[in-house]
Amino acid sequence: MSAAIPVEQIKTITMSIYRYDPTVDKKPYMQDIVVEIPTDKDIMVLDALHLAKNQEPSLSYRRSCREGVCGSDGMNINGKNGLACVTPLSEVLKRDKITLRPMPGLPVVRDLIVDMKQFFDQLEKVKPYLITKSDTPDIERKQTPEAREELDGLYECILCGCCSTSCPSFWWNPDKFLGPAALLQSWRFIADSRDEATEERLDDLEDAFSLYRCHGIMNCVSVCPKGLNPTEAISNIRNKLLTREKA
Amino acid sequence: MLVNEIINAKDLPVMEFDGIIVGGGGAGMRASLQLAESGLNTAVISKVFPTRSHTVSAQGGITCAIQSDDPDDDWRWHMFDTVKGSDYIGDQEAIEYMCSEGPKAVFELEHMGLPFSRTEEGRIYQRPFGGQSKDYGKGGQATRTCAAADRTGHSLLHTLYQANLKAGTNFLNEWFAVDLVLNADKAVVGVIAFKIETGEIYYIKSKATVLATGGAGRIYASTTNALINSGDGIGMALRAGMPVQDIEMWQFHPTGIHGAGTLVTEGCRGEGGYLLNKDGERFMERYAPNAKDLASRDVVARSMALEILEGRGCGPNADHIFLRLDHLGPEVVHKRLPGITELSKTFAGVDPAVQPIPVVPTCHYMMGGIPTNINGQVISVDNGEDKIIDGLYAAGEVACVSVHGGNRLGGNSLLDLVVFGRAAGLYIEETMKQGVELKDASNDDIDKALERLNKLNASTEGDQVAVLKEKMQQNMQSNFGVFRRGDLMEKGIDELAKTREEVDSIFLKDKSATFNTARIEALEMQNLFEVAEATAITANARKESRGAHARDDFTERDDENWLKHSIYYADTKEVSKRDVNYRPKTVQAFQPMVRSY
Repeated sequence: MSAAIPVEQIKTITMSIYRYDPTVDKKPYMQDIVVEIPTDKDIMVLDALHLAKNQEPSLSYRRSCREGVCGSDGMNINGKNGLACVTPLSEVLKRDKITLRPMPGLPVVRDLIVDMKQFFDQLEKVKPYLITKSDTPDIERKQTPEAREELDGLYECILCGCCSTSCPSFWWNPDKFLGPAALLQSWRFIADSRDEATEERLDDLEDAFSLYRCHGIMNCVSVCPKGLNPTEAISNIRNKLLTREKA
Repeated sequence: MLVNEIINAKDLPVMEFDGIIVGGGGAGMRASLQLAESGLNTAVISKVFPTRSHTVSAQGGITCAIQSDDPDDDWRWHMFDTVKGSDYIGDQEAIEYMCSEGPKAVFELEHMGLPFSRTEEGRIYQRPFGGQSKDYGKGGQATRTCAAADRTGHSLLHTLYQANLKAGTNFLNEWFAVDLVLNADKAVVGVIAFKIETGEIYYIKSKATVLATGGAGRIYASTTNALINSGDGIGMALRAGMPVQDIEMWQFHPTGIHGAGTLVTEGCRGEGGYLLNKDGERFMERYAPNAKDLASRDVVARSMALEILEGRGCGPNADHIFLRLDHLGPEVVHKRLPGITELSKTFAGVDPAVQPIPVVPTCHYMMGGIPTNINGQVISVDNGEDKIIDGLYAAGEVACVSVHGGNRLGGNSLLDLVVFGRAAGLYIEETMKQGVELKDASNDDIDKALERLNKLNASTEGDQVAVLKEKMQQNMQSNFGVFRRGDLMEKGIDELAKTREEVDSIFLKDKSATFNTARIEALEMQNLFEVAEATAITANARKESRGAHARDDFTERDDENWLKHSIYYADTKEVSKRDVNYRPKTVQAFQPMVRSY
């Protein structure tokens, strides 16, 4: 923020932020950081965090692209998971205050940074890559526009973790239930006309926990910053499993 | 051993790999995939989880003559366009290699699962992009950019990550590489790196080190680049005594969203969008009568800047240009450009299917970088002679191979990073088969690479990052932007010189070893500063206008004196010249011509 903003175009807001550095703090605490923001234009929650960090350089959070495509800055904003970089401050400020916490359900490394290991371990279990067995052609594999359209709403996932860390089933069984993000990826490959491992993929999901712990709570859908629908992907996999048994 | 202690070589733990890749973007993960698939013990050191790398933000596509849209398309036409786009200082052997190997590299990506958009025939969808032509500029606009909607970079990066998982690559995710370790022969034998989460620090020893750290757009105040684009590889190379080439060549993308800097793909204009000034005039018809809005990026960016300077900008402050898409209809806009729709709504508050997007030329891409040959081997220049540095490779934006010369064509960066990430991997694979013996580094050698960290830990007072960064970014923005002038650049260079000492002795207040982003930002700031200073000094030395380097005081291209690469070393701060490669292997070289679109 440039220092040249006229005074009448500035207001102060309070950012109540979860702080915890395990090497220094005995336990986590909430810190109020007061920052000055412009009133003549909207800024994002991430911009406000930068202002807070200028005052408190020890404040830690992840960030990279600052445009909602890299998935770094998932966090809990006023009780709801979202990406700080594409959440306008005006939409979340309540009486000039905002509360920021790390995404729930995963161990906190420091401040707003969670340990994503469990999340990525579950992703790896669904073999999130194309598996083909037939000969590789000299040029590309053909795919019709209609077949390609099946991947819309699936391939756009940015692995931010907002969905899985807002899912009660994932909180309870983060090691056994794969969670919405991993299951969305599973369906992304089952749905791909080029993939040749559907049966194996379905076999891997046929236990009481991996898939079936989804209770259709749909928190994943309501928080996804990309507007994706993991619940629908999960129900597509269920249908596929059911029709397979009948056959 | 932790990163906040007094660190010395003799107590430092060592990890060992055949090959390490610094950077988990497109170039890095394409190189690592090649090595991992060949069975070499390979590790990617990435300061962010790999899919957070800046490749993810690439939108419009990857340019390549795969003959989907046009069965008669020819990689030689693509080569011609790229040479012309470079304003004739792109190395033709490298451009020939990129354009001819390109189709193989693109089909490989498809085989890995990249969800390209499709044609009715089921082939990869291609769209027109700027600077593209058929038949060596004589056959009109070509349609050569392979796309996955407007999320091609995201698709490419995720696909490469997936392929690396499948291949068993070791990932050191959220590890920060600090500096290169050189042995007595000045060969590179690994890096110093620490795990950001815990602060555990190691000497990571390797027979081959690939720098794939991407660009450094954050030297400017307004950029399309991610916050992580801090030129880490450039900083490491310059401190280790290696040169950078053509580092004055910075691309300003015509269409960054006004105020936010976020990118709006050239694919918008490829799909039929165009630019308007405040009078509603489609002004590119005046500047580039043939290619119009699809002229080369440097040409479009300058035209826009002139429109604004001459008072024909849009908005209450007449400080931006409108990009119009609504005439394409909601079907095209939403289907072909869904990401742009999302970004425009979020950052400009407009739906491009209804209203124009306010845009300005915004710093986007570093054409220069660490000079390499087509195998990715880093080159130093001694008395005009090229010399290969043992053990060190570079690929992608950090490298200057040089396929972009003075100006990069849209869609050529993704091609560059897969082709040359792959090429470096293939070459390393080959050398490993023959056996690589490099002298071990001594403790003194390793201690040199630890100096920066120890100094930071010892700091007790001085300026912190935020202050220094803003000063540098404003300086670069004001004095080294789209148009440049000698007296202003000299002022800018003086300002940088005055800040140098403060940057070298930057103050780190928070000394915690646990996920300390303040330490990372301080180390990044020092890297950015190396890039800024190299840019400033080299820009002032190139006394001509070529490609993206446009000077008000030397308005013409000067082929007699400057049909050359610039070479800069940080220790002497001197600029020298290196010959441009005009020796392609299978075609006649394209000779410099007047460049018009």
